[in-house]
Amino acid sequence: MIIAVASGKGGTGKTTVATSLALSLAAELTPEPLFLDCDVEAPNAHLFLQPAFDQRQEVSILIPSVDEAICTHCGKCAEVCQYHAIAVLGTKTLVFPQLCHGCGSCTALCPEWAISEIPKVIGVLERGVTPEGIPFGRGLMNIGEPMAVPIIRQLKKWAVPRPQQVVIMDAPPGTSCPVVESMRGADFVLLVTEPTPFGLHDLRLAVQVAHDLDVPVGVIINRDCSDDARVDVFCVDADIPILMRVPFERSIAEGIARGQTLIEIHPEYAERLRVMFAEIVERAL
Amino acid sequence: MMKQLVILSGKGGTGKTSVAAVFAHLAHDGPQSLRAVLADADVDAANLELVLEPDQTESHDFVGGSVAVIDAQLCQGCGICEQVCHFDAVLAPSSREEHYAYSIDTIACEGCAACVYQCLEEAVHMEAKVVGQWYRSESRYGPLFHAELRPAQENSGKLVTLVKQQARLLALDEGYQAVIVDGPPGIGCPVISAASGADLALIVAEPTAAGIHDMERVLQTTAHFRVPALVCINKADIYPGGAAQIEAYCRERGIEIVGHIPFDMSVTDAMVHGEPVTAWRPETSASRALTDIWQVIAGRLNGLEKKDEQNE
Repeated sequence: MIIAVASGKGGTGKTTVATSLALSLAAELTPEPLFLDCDVEAPNAHLFLQPAFDQRQEVSILIPSVDEAICTHCGKCAEVCQYHAIAVLGTKTLVFPQLCHGCGSCTALCPEWAISEIPKVIGVLERGVTPEGIPFGRGLMNIGEPMAVPIIRQLKKWAVPRPQQVVIMDAPPGTSCPVVESMRGADFVLLVTEPTPFGLHDLRLAVQVAHDLDVPVGVIINRDCSDDARVDVFCVDADIPILMRVPFERSIAEGIARGQTLIEIHPEYAERLRVMFAEIVERAL
Repeated sequence: MMKQLVILSGKGGTGKTSVAAVFAHLAHDGPQSLRAVLADADVDAANLELVLEPDQTESHDFVGGSVAVIDAQLCQGCGICEQVCHFDAVLAPSSREEHYAYSIDTIACEGCAACVYQCLEEAVHMEAKVVGQWYRSESRYGPLFHAELRPAQENSGKLVTLVKQQARLLALDEGYQAVIVDGPPGIGCPVISAASGADLALIVAEPTAAGIHDMERVLQTTAHFRVPALVCINKADIYPGGAAQIEAYCRERGIEIVGHIPFDMSVTDAMVHGEPVTAWRPETSASRALTDIWQVIAGRLNGLEKKDEQNE
């Protein structure tokens, strides 16, 4: 059972929900759920779950390295590269590592076999266990690197769940490729939103991503306070279950600011989250 | 000289768009007016138009990359495409199918065309995909360029670059003084595109455990790309200890903090009513703080201009 916690809009409470859901399930499930922080650009779940990282692995993509002694500067590599990451200028073949997606096309198609692939480190994976026994994995993208997707992909291959182990994935905000990579293969997408025009607008888009991937969705309305019922209306019309509401309370906002989890602030949410989990299991099957 | 300001945060939901909407309002009507073109560089989840409610005057298709398409009639089922694909985007045929043809998972495909060049049967070709739209609109505070990337698509960085380019061209053509760019969350490709070429970045930080962590990541990113950055602290009073941490971090690194915006429900109310908070409730504590911040930023953008003139 893999649950991806996503949102579209940033800052709606993905990490708040994902971390407290993991803690509430860890108290009752064996094995404890596996937690993966897939927001490799701005990962935050470790601040709340406090894992002790004891394993580390670099993430690389393979980029071309041209042997100028063999290269005839025929330009085939530049022709096949769809990202303009390799170019031939006179008698020099230049590689632009920031543009390279690591597809291997130039290496495979060089008629002189003048290109080999060398690893370029773009981030790191870390793994450890939280004080509650939750196995925790995360990716961390290096500063200045553009591509999050290969790091998320590697993280999912590196931190594999045991049989019957529930997986909770904290997805990045947005609706483009890093979100897709996080949701891919999930059994259920839990969307955290807020009852504002921004929340609703971005919720719609996130629902569309999950539909494209053919994964069932449910919604949590966080900071529920305004009279704005448009999120409710949207969910009813789209036949999307509203699985939980977390009211707006300054005390919750202050606790989270300090690094507390929702169930540390309000312990009764542990049971509510477990009830919600049971409903998710039912809906995902 | 036209100047580019980009608003970033690292963490999502810290208030970038609310700040951008206020700057749009104050650039137009405020104490330090500045003729500005607006650009929403969060093409995944574009929200600036929800506050500014502009009239759309132009709409254009955005053709992102292409994706591979396998002709099932030509495919002989050799599977080379699957072997060469580094993105797990080639789907093996199910054995039940009568004709044994591979196919492409268009969502996973990154458009590298490795399979196109290596298919022995020439059964694969690339097809360009319209993956979004970009728009020019007229808001009550000036022209706005924005876009919508269709959900689950690639190339958000490319679309951000395009939106910014259009905003810049208009600003140059019609003598605007500034482009105000509302950036996306994170630090990856769309953020790099949003920040590239910026003269100044304003980081909207939040004094929370997560907000501070991500502010550090985005400040490292602006430093990496040599974009000068200023910080403002939003919801500054929600956790004074966190605000103190931000102040200490910035002081150590010589990064200027240009203001503290108190937590104020009027900011959310204004958003719900489709108004920048400074237009909706100019007297609230948040509006006053934002007005002060704008004056510093506008002064800074003007100052950059003078320095350039002196250099010339």
